Amino acid sequence: MTVSLREVPELSDPFDDEGRDFAKDIAYPGEYPYTRGIHRTGYRGKMWTMRQFAGFGSAADTNARYKYLLGAGQTGLSVAFDLPTLMGYDSDHEFSEGEVGKCGVAIACLDDMKRLFEGIPLDKVSTSMTINSPAAILLAMYVAAAKAQGVTPNLLRGTVQNDILKEYIAQKEYIFPPVPSLRIITDMMRYCADDVPQWNTISVSGYHIREAGSTAVQELAFTLLDGFTYVECGIKAGMDVDEFAPRISHFWNAHQDFFEELCKYRAGRRIWARHMREKYGATDPKSWLLRFHTQTAGVSLTAQQPENNIVRTAIEALSAVLGGTQSLHTNSMDETLALPTEKSVKIALRTQQIIAYETGVAHVIDPLGGSWYVEKLTDQMEKEAEEIFAKVEQMGGVVRCIEEGWFQREIARSAYEYQKAVDKGDKVIVGVNKFVEQGEKLTIELLKIDASTERSQTERLKALRARRDAAKWSAALEAVRAACVDGSNLMPRLVTAVEADATLGEIIDTMKSVFGTYEETPEF
Amino acid sequence: MTERKIRVLVCKPGLDGHDRGAKVVAAALRDAGMEVIYTGLRQTPSMIVESAMQEDVDAIGLSMHSAAHMTIFPKVLQLLNEKGLQHILLTGGGVIPDEDIVALSTLGVGRLFGPGTPMADIAVYVKDEVGRRRAERSAAGVL
Amino acid sequence: MTDGAPLASTVDARVRALTERVRKGEPSAVARALTLVENREPVAAALLHELWPDTGRAWRLGITGPPGAGKSTLVAALIAHFRKSGRTVGVIAVDPSSPFTGGALLGDRVRMGVAHGDSGVFIRSMASRGDLGGLCASAQEACDVLDASGKDVILIETVGVGQTEVEVVHAADSIVVVLHPEAGDAVQAMKAGLMEIADVYAVNKADRPGADRLEQEILGMLGLRPHGADTWLPPVVRVVSTTTVGVPDLVAALEKHRAHQNQTSGTDSRRVRRIEQRIRLLVESEMRSRLFGRPEAAARLAALVADVRAGRTTPYGAASHILPGNEP
Repeated sequence: MTVSLREVPELSDPFDDEGRDFAKDIAYPGEYPYTRGIHRTGYRGKMWTMRQFAGFGSAADTNARYKYLLGAGQTGLSVAFDLPTLMGYDSDHEFSEGEVGKCGVAIACLDDMKRLFEGIPLDKVSTSMTINSPAAILLAMYVAAAKAQGVTPNLLRGTVQNDILKEYIAQKEYIFPPVPSLRIITDMMRYCADDVPQWNTISVSGYHIREAGSTAVQELAFTLLDGFTYVECGIKAGMDVDEFAPRISHFWNAHQDFFEELCKYRAGRRIWARHMREKYGATDPKSWLLRFHTQTAGVSLTAQQPENNIVRTAIEALSAVLGGTQSLHTNSMDETLALPTEKSVKIALRTQQIIAYETGVAHVIDPLGGSWYVEKLTDQMEKEAEEIFAKVEQMGGVVRCIEEGWFQREIARSAYEYQKAVDKGDKVIVGVNKFVEQGEKLTIELLKIDASTERSQTERLKALRARRDAAKWSAALEAVRAACVDGSNLMPRLVTAVEADATLGEIIDTMKSVFGTYEETPEF
Repeated sequence: MTERKIRVLVCKPGLDGHDRGAKVVAAALRDAGMEVIYTGLRQTPSMIVESAMQEDVDAIGLSMHSAAHMTIFPKVLQLLNEKGLQHILLTGGGVIPDEDIVALSTLGVGRLFGPGTPMADIAVYVKDEVGRRRAERSAAGVL
Repeated sequence: MTDGAPLASTVDARVRALTERVRKGEPSAVARALTLVENREPVAAALLHELWPDTGRAWRLGITGPPGAGKSTLVAALIAHFRKSGRTVGVIAVDPSSPFTGGALLGDRVRMGVAHGDSGVFIRSMASRGDLGGLCASAQEACDVLDASGKDVILIETVGVGQTEVEVVHAADSIVVVLHPEAGDAVQAMKAGLMEIADVYAVNKADRPGADRLEQEILGMLGLRPHGADTWLPPVVRVVSTTTVGVPDLVAALEKHRAHQNQTSGTDSRRVRRIEQRIRLLVESEMRSRLFGRPEAAARLAALVADVRAGRTTPYGAASHILPGNEP
């Protein structure tokens, strides 16, 4: 039984391939339907990007960490925002109390964004921002911060996660209802296609769906459905699919079950390619490619005997590499206990480097392709995902299923089933329900974040509100409100608004006044 | 008349939306025969205490994964005291460092369960602790 | 003060104190009174006896419908509507208990999304606990507590999936059956019970395709019913409870129903029926406990069972021996 409670055969053989056709279903790497990978040369051509997610405290604190990382040879940055920023609250809002700068960096205004990248030339780095509901505003701040550096938008490279559908389904960091949220994303796709052509507008994320408790197939199917929904939005807004689809990327979870994970990536690539070409009529091969980032599974880490997490993470990372990931984040051993320390982050990064440079697995492309078991499981996962697609279609589509709580219910049930299996001992977790150490004492150091960020952010925002040009500020917010109502593209107005020193919370409140807010119905 | 059912309020306070743990525990307490009132995400301390009062619950379970536990637990406790609801057991779980657990416990917060706790342990604790508190109150003549 | 000593326990000082606090509308007292009533504890009878003179003022509305119809969001919209007009609201939200474990997951409260800190709203979640008679009585009595605490409007929400839930809304003066377009095909097949109790139909999510058809189906079904000049024909009101569109119309329809009931003394007859049913239930449960609750009654029953098995009498003969007046 896998981590998704799937029964697996004891043995596979060549006699159950059900008419699998090498050219049509598997093919060579870099060839449609890309089951074996999107690049002809695999990691020999380009090693995956080792991209560790980081952010804490104030913009200045994180800026110092980024400069350190860049100095050590890193070329890509990955911004973790704090919860108030993710939820569109200013650092001085009452809901932000106790959360400012804790799980990421606090960014409430353009000034914060400028400080985050102070001394870092934005035309030279690529920046990934894990932000969803307020993604349009953070992107506007990034564009404005670049302009202030004298860098034009067409030179900017990076990604915003911007996958709102999985927020309703799993991570629950939503603000507006689904329909206006999708409209904002469509505005961003249009704006980026025209003005920021090197920017990845959406990273369609299965990571959080899996962390919320889904099975591997649910992660695969729900995520691809979200991706298809964005594609349909772009097409409905009158764009050519090849104009925006190449800028959509994916983000998977690498969980404990080695082969199931590996097959998930392979199946995902094949399904995306087939749907993009056959269903959505994309003709540019770049639109067919499922490019993806992977992060090892946070939920697989244990608070008990935390050093064991290094081993778990290594195995998970190996599945992502053998599955052909384009970039990878490896979790640190202490993340179920606190934000990671510098030492544990370093071990996590070293884990990737060992896989890349010591094990030899990066020399061969899709080395497990052709294994009877792997091909069979890949086929099976594709088939099961297609069954979920059909079911969702029959129930009225992704947005309807979100509103009816269907995805949420499916995930909650999988999570509960899994927990029951663990409690019964049917699923073994080393150190938790087997090989338990009685009276275990924590032997690793934990990172502490002090509370001063909240105070200094509050003071800085107060000063900003006092010094800005009130007339310019209110006119800019009014322009945002008007665009929400009349449907003209929000992006340029958001850039103007952040340049007029409107804060994140103020802009979100303005948008809420038109779009309303989303409340979910809890499902079990 | 049968014995009064144990009623538990399960909440996910703070801005964080990771409700997997809260939901799994809510389902487990239901399956242990309790009546669980689930109030969903982003509840403030005053919302939590208001719900607890109207629902006349025996226990409140808070699931915390952000860093705000040292803000939220003491606030809920303070509001419970202000409203004369000291009899309600305040418990919970999530990512909470040991030293914070000790600090919260001296304030009067009940047991806090870390990652990896079997669901049955939580249910047994709630049953025992609520039983103890009920017996105390009943001996004191509270209706 | 009413006549007669209440059933069960005496009215002690603790009950009097609690009654006083409920009358003042103190939330913690109302909450505890509801717990006593819901658990059918001995003091509940005394409490309800004391509160009775303060009941009968609130307007009691039952809201039911199939799962997914959006009952809770509709309740939320109704709460907002009544609060705007200055009326206070009490809500009893009933959800089923698990028949296997007796536990329940009650999630309606959050769907009602009430602005917290509003002392004019009191929401209580209630599990059905799988006992029809018990729940019907508890729901009515819970309404009495909220009524006595001064709430102007009381909403009783249940899922219309089984007989239990359908029966419970009979505690109400008017009943709204909520349906949604996706339930369209189900209307025909739906339990007659659910469709027949409606005083008003609410077609919720009326902005979705299929709302027209659903409305037509309901109207078609109503047309088939025999009716005279005085018969109340349940109107069909379209609402979108997430945006509160149609909510004022729904309330207007309910007010019309109330006026019609008053004209035809329908409200009165419902209330008469409720009182009658209440007395019956109380007597039945008291009889049961008097006849079977005492230890000597158990021994007597065991002896009669032995007599039946030995062929000395039949179950019918044995029963007549237990009834009052026939005791040895």
